[in-house]
Amino acid sequence: MDAIILQVLNGLDKGSAYALIALGLTLIFGTLGVVNFAHGALFMLGAFCAVTLNAILRLSTETIDPSRTDFLGNPLKVKTPYVENWFGPEIGGAMIEWSVPLAIVFAIPVMVAVGIATERGLIKYFYKRPHADQILVTFGLAIVLQEIIKYFFGANPIPTPAPDAFIGSFDFGALVGMEAGTIIYPYWRLVYFAFAAIVIGAVFAFLQYTTFGMVVRAGMADRETVGLLGINIDKRFTIMFAIAACVAGLAGVMYAPINSPNYHMGMDFLVLSFVVVVVGGMGSLPGAVAAGFLLGILESFASMSQVVNLLPGINQIIIYLVAIIILLTRPRGLLGRKGVMEG
Amino acid sequence: MLGLNNKDLMLFAIVIAITLLAPVILNPFPVESDLAQFNAGYPDLMQRFVIFGIFAIGFNILFGLTGYLSFGHAAFLGVGSYAGVWMMKLLTMNVVPAIIVSVIFAGLFSLLVGFISLRRSGIYFSILTLAFAQMSFSLAYSVLTPITNGETGLQLSLNDPRILGVSQTADGSIPMTNFFGIAMRDGFELSMGGWLFTFNAGYYLCAAVMLIAFYVSIRIFRSPFGVMLKAVKSNQQRMLYTGLNSRPYTLAAFVISGMYAGLAGGLMVAMDPLAGAERMQWTASGEVVLMTILGGTGTLIGPVLGSGLIKYLENIFSKINDNILHQWFSFLPDGLEDFVVAIVYPFIGKGWHLTLGIVFMLVVIFLPGGIVEGGQRIGRLFRRKPPEDRNNTTTAAAPSAAE
Repeated sequence: MDAIILQVLNGLDKGSAYALIALGLTLIFGTLGVVNFAHGALFMLGAFCAVTLNAILRLSTETIDPSRTDFLGNPLKVKTPYVENWFGPEIGGAMIEWSVPLAIVFAIPVMVAVGIATERGLIKYFYKRPHADQILVTFGLAIVLQEIIKYFFGANPIPTPAPDAFIGSFDFGALVGMEAGTIIYPYWRLVYFAFAAIVIGAVFAFLQYTTFGMVVRAGMADRETVGLLGINIDKRFTIMFAIAACVAGLAGVMYAPINSPNYHMGMDFLVLSFVVVVVGGMGSLPGAVAAGFLLGILESFASMSQVVNLLPGINQIIIYLVAIIILLTRPRGLLGRKGVMEG
Repeated sequence: MLGLNNKDLMLFAIVIAITLLAPVILNPFPVESDLAQFNAGYPDLMQRFVIFGIFAIGFNILFGLTGYLSFGHAAFLGVGSYAGVWMMKLLTMNVVPAIIVSVIFAGLFSLLVGFISLRRSGIYFSILTLAFAQMSFSLAYSVLTPITNGETGLQLSLNDPRILGVSQTADGSIPMTNFFGIAMRDGFELSMGGWLFTFNAGYYLCAAVMLIAFYVSIRIFRSPFGVMLKAVKSNQQRMLYTGLNSRPYTLAAFVISGMYAGLAGGLMVAMDPLAGAERMQWTASGEVVLMTILGGTGTLIGPVLGSGLIKYLENIFSKINDNILHQWFSFLPDGLEDFVVAIVYPFIGKGWHLTLGIVFMLVVIFLPGGIVEGGQRIGRLFRRKPPEDRNNTTTAAAPSAAE
């Protein structure tokens, strides 16, 4: 029993990341009809927003402290981050410590700007071109974004710690009344799951309960008719692209403490996210979210030692295997709608 | 002649001439000169040109003719490589059986993958092939280690049970790959004035195979089978309505292109007998897509040009460092020199992937037909015809533009 709960929990954080990326992919696909291979790169950009903010907050001045000396007897050089000078050591120190959550605020405008620039500058010209062209141009964009990040940040993963309050693990088993020490779970992963749930909920609420969301949903169903009603659907779709970029970026920001960001982390997630989207059903938002969590949990179950002993290597291929089976037996995916990207 | 029309024959003759003379053509600069770093006429690089050329020609038979975008072709190359190395470990160091077995195994594997993946089309097909390739990559890394030797990669060793031949040579080293006694590393160097040309046996073997592969691809493009594949690309729905089942045709195209990939894998092994799982990774599949698009999808010569260009730039660009750049721009005033170097530097050396990405995007956006279309456009600029004549030529050129 405890082993099962543990695997479900382990699957949740990866599943959250898959769900968030797949949600953005589906939003873009459902609204703009574009297959965005650069979405993984947007996830990676988000993670590097966290890295950048961390680096900016750590910018320091060097002052000489005459009262202390280093081991050679020279006056000690003390580095003080600017934020500590400006806001005082307490608030400044807290800002540095909480840089990852703070990066959410920083990442939203950045990702919205990137999203709008991409859509207006590039994707707009590809609505009428075949899907293969869309895949190719966004694949090129992904390479370019990756290489730019690699140029500025290098090829090595950059550790970006979570706030001290969330470092470490807690005893989940004791919490729900089981024997202590059976289920140990890191705090930050729970935070990530909660965060993902909030973002997903917000996106759904936005689409369901606002006029803007209603128009977008109408546009997803029948773009032409909405246009005939005199609504500028293109403009709303641009905003939807920005929102999708934002969702991917936020997923990346919060993922930074779980997995130190490196420039190709986006590509690794992209392949899996596409599989998630296809399993969930192209163009179905609930499908993308459900499939994200489902595959995340399935993956963690497959890496249990009992399962691996039975079927060696299954943990490596389970997602692809499931995708192949789903595509062949339920061509529309789990929750796919009729008439969307069939063939 | 050879069942080709005049135009194709010309193209084929030009390709033959260029491939055979490549060691000379690709070495235009004397060894001692500063520009010698741009020479590409050394065996290792030339072999890669033709091997990736074969890979891209094969990919083009699938993508260029049927429009099915496979993102997992590197898997077949990887399977071919592994099969080739095993052949050398178990049977003989002669490359011929290794290459044949590579092609057969890649063909069988692509038959399996194609049979399943081709049930869907469009983006689903791309994702299915991607999933299969990633699966083979992961398996080669983990469970199949006894066959693939995991992360280390499969290599020859000193105690391979080679049935025909010896496990080690008299002086205790691993025997070299050969083609009926001609070692692949053999060759002769010709020194003329300041120039040094290397004619390498391995390169000429690859070149001969590439020419055969190229010839077969011309014949496929011009055959009724090729026309059928083009029909799949332009309107599959209509084909189904007329009562034709397109599946056998697309599957045949898929298997043929998989065998081309296996052939490329086998040749790689023949030149350098080792195989690693990273050859199967999806970035490797992406690379062949880049080559084909850059050169010109659906054209005969495009994939060869594209693979040559990418492999050349990969080798040459990544060799240039900032010292060399400073030398080039040393004629500029100091401040300006540093500025120009700072601008150019991110795009070369380690950053050449950035250049590749940008060029690739530009090609997809502005020049969907790749280098070949670019060449045609430039050619049209210079060959402006009088108006009444132009009408005739456009109607005459229409079928050839669709190639």
